[in-house]
Amino acid sequence: MKAEGDGVERLPLPLRAWAAKRTKVGGRSAYPRGRRMSAPLPPTLVRFAAQALKGRGSIFLHTVPLLLTAAALLWATPFAWMAVASLRPGAAGASDIASLFPHGPFSLANFAEAWSDGHFPLWYLNTILLCGGILLVQCITVSLAGYAFARLRFRGRDTLFHAFLLQLMLVPPILIVPNMTTLITLHLYDTLAGVAAPYCASAFGVFLMRQTFRTIPRDYEEAAMLDGASVPTIIFRVLLPLARPGLTAFAIVSVTAHWNEFLWPLMATSSPSTQVLTVGLASFTSGAEAGSEWGVIAAGTFFVAAPLLLAFVLFQRRFVASFTLSGIK
Amino acid sequence: MPPVSSSTTTFGAIARPAIAARRRARVRPALLAAALLAPSAVFLLAFTYWPVLQVLLSSLTVRSFGGAAHPGIGNYARLFADPHFAHAVTNNVLYAAGTIVPSLTLALAFALGLRESTRVSTILRTLIALPLLIPLVAAAALFIFIFLPGAGLLDYYLGKLGVGETNWLGNPSLALGSIIAITVWKNTGYYMLFFLAGLSGIPQDFIDAAKIDGAGAWQRFLRITLPLLMPTIGFVLVIAVLNVLTQVDHVIVMTQGGPSDSTALVLFYIYQQAHQNYDIGLASAATVVSVAFLFALSMVSLRTLERGTHYES
Repeated sequence: MKAEGDGVERLPLPLRAWAAKRTKVGGRSAYPRGRRMSAPLPPTLVRFAAQALKGRGSIFLHTVPLLLTAAALLWATPFAWMAVASLRPGAAGASDIASLFPHGPFSLANFAEAWSDGHFPLWYLNTILLCGGILLVQCITVSLAGYAFARLRFRGRDTLFHAFLLQLMLVPPILIVPNMTTLITLHLYDTLAGVAAPYCASAFGVFLMRQTFRTIPRDYEEAAMLDGASVPTIIFRVLLPLARPGLTAFAIVSVTAHWNEFLWPLMATSSPSTQVLTVGLASFTSGAEAGSEWGVIAAGTFFVAAPLLLAFVLFQRRFVASFTLSGIK
Repeated sequence: MPPVSSSTTTFGAIARPAIAARRRARVRPALLAAALLAPSAVFLLAFTYWPVLQVLLSSLTVRSFGGAAHPGIGNYARLFADPHFAHAVTNNVLYAAGTIVPSLTLALAFALGLRESTRVSTILRTLIALPLLIPLVAAAALFIFIFLPGAGLLDYYLGKLGVGETNWLGNPSLALGSIIAITVWKNTGYYMLFFLAGLSGIPQDFIDAAKIDGAGAWQRFLRITLPLLMPTIGFVLVIAVLNVLTQVDHVIVMTQGGPSDSTALVLFYIYQQAHQNYDIGLASAATVVSVAFLFALSMVSLRTLERGTHYES
């Protein structure tokens, strides 16, 4: 029987005859004359069935997707609880506050309470100012330095570049103690500018912009140079618009890192007016914890986490590409 | 720049301005580079290089009760004699092993299982990657409830399986494990993204060729995928080590290093000395130890890092 090519030969013996009868390649002889032929099975289906029934393959075929799905659901459970608990008002004392499938009632009361208990408008404002300010200054420092490393030849360039890259390792959280002293000396302690200062230079950004600039042909800047454009004009008007993918990636990584940062803002500020979302959430949580107001805590956590989660879900490809490009903030 | 050449000029007429231009070009890049690098350099000097020097100096400055300061290694002597510091180092080693091994293994497993972009695997990938978007303090806020004895998420569902109440964060022998669990939950998705990128860089031809040669799935993984993924693994390992040393937000929010020092990590120790005990000498000495470690790590891995990033991009 000629059955190669449609996978029939891979089926267990009892099924072979049945499948052969129902496939075209099975041969005319399989169909008794005079009987109406039923529609042949599509070869892909036969192949799939063969794979599924093959001993070793089937373990992989069924168990692995199940395990992966289970793991992903486990990973999402804290978020699921956050969503459910934040929507259940007055469940503070309930014994089933942990239930992921409660009966209700549901309302937005926890969000209202979290919003009025904490200083969320101020924390949002401070966080946005901090992230925006850092990004703005970084864009300037990083493009200038990236251009220098990508395009100029000067003595000690590689050594200097490696010295820049050291910042990838000596990240600000590890240097909190001396940096605090510096902030106090510069009268920047307890200001947002002080929180931002250590991040205004970015080794990762310089690295990324250097890479991005290198991919742009020199023709553009040479043309601009002939037109008498200055170096800043070339960098900001000619190259930067062409380097937008690199810049976007950098912006995503930078904003995510500083939106989520906690230890340094905590150390560098002391008054409530300079608190950012993460620092605010920590104090807010410890207050609500004392009253076991878990629904309110869930709502507050949602306020802090939601903007980036939403942005991630909407622009997932961009985010993933940026993160894998980065490694380090 | 003036037009230098035209088709009618003689050789000498071209050459002279060209030499001048070249000489100018040799001087100018250095100056120009200095000007362009200055903004970054100012911030790096003030907040990366100077702090390293400063913390070294202040770690070598011993302050006596009268307020008089003199140079000496007293801070280091106190640091290495401090059982809390020894505890923090031990905890940090345990924490590193406990987070890095499972999160890298899981991340690799997830990446291998979800490498094909079907609709389902895209959703599963998103679910696993979500924790990397939220602040560690937000994760801590959620896990404080998850670990709540009795009514918390974990005990509630374990209770249905007949497991009794557990004090996940209050029991000294469990607390570090709980902190490790949050970190694994938070970082695995991040590492998975790197592995996915690394896997997509492996040519399908290699795998097909091995298949034709009769290599099984496990053989293909060990002989082809794993060796080709080594740069990515090295890169992720460096990031993971860095994370283990520089992220203590959850410890600060959840356990304050307790109970009985069981969750105190090195950076938390530094934070505690500086922020709560105002012992700058001790905090500086501990910072120098961390910086020295990171410095050594960066010497070893700067090449890996660079190669890794090249590899991703």
